[in-house]
Amino acid sequence: MIISSRVFRARSGAVLFACMFSLLMLGSAMTHAESQIDIYPFADEAEERRYKGLIEEFRCPKCLNTNLAGSDAPIAKDLRGTVYRLQVEEGYSDQQIRDYLRARYGDFVLYDPPFSAQTWYIWLTPVGLGILALALLARLLGRARKQKPVALSDADRGRIAALLEEK
Amino acid sequence: MSRASLFVPLGIFISILALGYVGFSLDARNQLPSALLGKPFPEFSATSLLRPDVKITKAELLGRPVLVNVWATWCPTCKSEHEQLMRIAATTDVLMVGVDYKDTPERAIQWLEQYGNPYDYVLDDRDGSLGIELGVYGAPETFLLNASGEVVYKRVGDINVRIWENELLPRFQALEIAMRGQSGAGR
Repeated sequence: MIISSRVFRARSGAVLFACMFSLLMLGSAMTHAESQIDIYPFADEAEERRYKGLIEEFRCPKCLNTNLAGSDAPIAKDLRGTVYRLQVEEGYSDQQIRDYLRARYGDFVLYDPPFSAQTWYIWLTPVGLGILALALLARLLGRARKQKPVALSDADRGRIAALLEEK
Repeated sequence: MSRASLFVPLGIFISILALGYVGFSLDARNQLPSALLGKPFPEFSATSLLRPDVKITKAELLGRPVLVNVWATWCPTCKSEHEQLMRIAATTDVLMVGVDYKDTPERAIQWLEQYGNPYDYVLDDRDGSLGIELGVYGAPETFLLNASGEVVYKRVGDINVRIWENELLPRFQALEIAMRGQSGAGR
């Protein structure tokens, strides 16, 4: 009885934790989505979707881990205005807008580091870890394959038969 | 299990420590490298803060080393670097250009009257559009340009004595020597 109630308590604790954790996540996701309130006129919904996609895509230079859409920083607001101006007023293509921001704020705004002398380890670490994992797996499998069945003596067989019969 | 493999967890632990040590001791890891480094300073045309009828363009910045300082009256760090900028203006003949970034012109003019004006030109960038051309994402930021208008150094944050002596002054002196060498060869 004591054991079962303890198990119950542990389980309800885990459920409570899971609930609170998901609430927390939901909360942060909601603030993330609602933190910008610029009002820009668009000719149609497709244009607006394109704009929203673009500001989701770029990283705010000031805040390191938020995109332009999710940031309240003044520079993010300015850059949203810039994206709007380039897209709607100047008629830039998506790639032209990417190039424009990259020329001024560097690869940082793209969330997509190119392969270079400074970034090679970001790209190669997962590959290296993958190779390491494959090597370990191969070694374990090889070791498993090397194990040979052991021949049993008549005495051992007798004991096994006796044990099985007991059951 | 060989005896050596018992030390694998310790090895992993030490490499995590090493990564943390290197990561946290990197100076200014929040600073973005400027996309303008080694590239020509963008063309611009901006209104002079102190003489609103005058337009200043990149042509005014060519021919000698230039320090472009992005500042604003709303920026406390700009206040703390102001004295150092005054010293630089007094002790060197670098051309000092201030970009008054997203600021109220009246307040900026008052600031310069009150604390002194270290700048040869002050550009009025009240909407921050020149700032975007320069890849500015805060204030203060400072660029050092060579005589042909290329960005050779960028600092995000204040110009203090340490930054001036270790980072800016050696580069400025190298630029001056290069310039003198060129004008000498021209003769």
